[in-house]
Amino acid sequence: MYDTIIIGSGPAGLTAGIYASRSKLKTLMLTSQANPSLITTTDIVENYPGFPGGINGYDLIERFKEQAVSFGLEVVEDDVISLEQITHDGKEAWRANTHEAAYEAFTVILATGTEYARLDVPGEQEYTGRGVSYCATCDAPFYRDAHVAVVGGGNAAIQEALFLTRFARKVTVIHRRDRLRATKVLQDQAFANDKIDFAWNSIVDEIIGDTVVKGVRLSDSTDPSKKRTIDVDGVFIFTGNVPNTGFVRGLVACDKDGFIKVDAMMRTSAKGIFACGDCTEKLLRQVVTACGDGATAAFASEQYIQDLKGNAYVSWEAR
Amino acid sequence: MNEEKFVDNPEAPIVLTDDDIDKAVEKYPFIVVDCWAEWCGPCRMLGPIIESLAKKHQGDIVFAKLDVEGNPRTASKYGIRSIPNLIVFKNGQKAGDIVGAMPENKLLERINAFR
Repeated sequence: MYDTIIIGSGPAGLTAGIYASRSKLKTLMLTSQANPSLITTTDIVENYPGFPGGINGYDLIERFKEQAVSFGLEVVEDDVISLEQITHDGKEAWRANTHEAAYEAFTVILATGTEYARLDVPGEQEYTGRGVSYCATCDAPFYRDAHVAVVGGGNAAIQEALFLTRFARKVTVIHRRDRLRATKVLQDQAFANDKIDFAWNSIVDEIIGDTVVKGVRLSDSTDPSKKRTIDVDGVFIFTGNVPNTGFVRGLVACDKDGFIKVDAMMRTSAKGIFACGDCTEKLLRQVVTACGDGATAAFASEQYIQDLKGNAYVSWEAR
Repeated sequence: MNEEKFVDNPEAPIVLTDDDIDKAVEKYPFIVVDCWAEWCGPCRMLGPIIESLAKKHQGDIVFAKLDVEGNPRTASKYGIRSIPNLIVFKNGQKAGDIVGAMPENKLLERINAFR
């Protein structure tokens, strides 16, 4: 029996792990091997305080983990498939079920993050790993002097397009609208980069190729009868994120896109379940905001447990 | 060439290069080559899984690692466009590949499907 189980090992989960372990809560972290934290695929994180000049996403996470483990955090690699309510010594608790095991705790902190959205067009799945990629940091070096397409118009798309220009000869950003959603600083860099051009008002209908990707078929979002094909050697897809919350739908309240609703104390609609980081409904999904959420979730979880065990300084229910 | 590198039943992944991958593929009837790079987060995450599988399946499946950074010929020969990329060789021939990080049990399932 644990005090708290943290599901997910990105910045939110690991910060919750640091706070919970340091508070001497018996804490277990269940990490997913199927969905590694997206920050680990980020080449450089430039806006996390304390690292002037930036730090590689994977290296940053390794530091978080080292810090959390030094406080006694227990980490098990196992994918949670469901949560169920149980009672332990007459107290409400939760059981996290994986394919082969079950773990019990008084509270659960969901920090499951998001994964990249798929386009769901013909060719996407077929050519994944053969020209279709969701990780520019991993795969850009295979596209030296090539022409690649980046699909999307948000921060991730533009940041990755800029990264790809270090290797590719030409990068075409395909976006369904006539302007970008990305922040101005990224837009300015993209517009100033002569390796980047734009296919505005364009929707990807199909990814085509033989053994590898050879091109994309596009249609005009303002006039679907207007179609064209552009020849590219690779397609990098960054059209948004979907939360890894499938296993808790119906258990905790979510918004229409599946992001978990939380209050300022990171409480979900289910008693004893907290959520933090990118998997929650929030304005800004960044490492620094995930960390803040994680710390709050751990602290709130600790208060809840003290209350449950009858030794709270101020009753949780009064909050 | 270091002969001792290719022991009969390695308990840890063998580190291969462009120069000796062919020799390894020739020697071992069933070998999984993990093509990876330092810059790739998911590859580094897969590293411990490969090590664990190598140990658990010693004498059954041979695992190897090849850093694509210093070994561009292998990446180009096998048309690698995404890493982590695990190339599975059976009886000296490429039987297929597995792209992306995944849990240990799922990875083992995918590998066994090539037998």
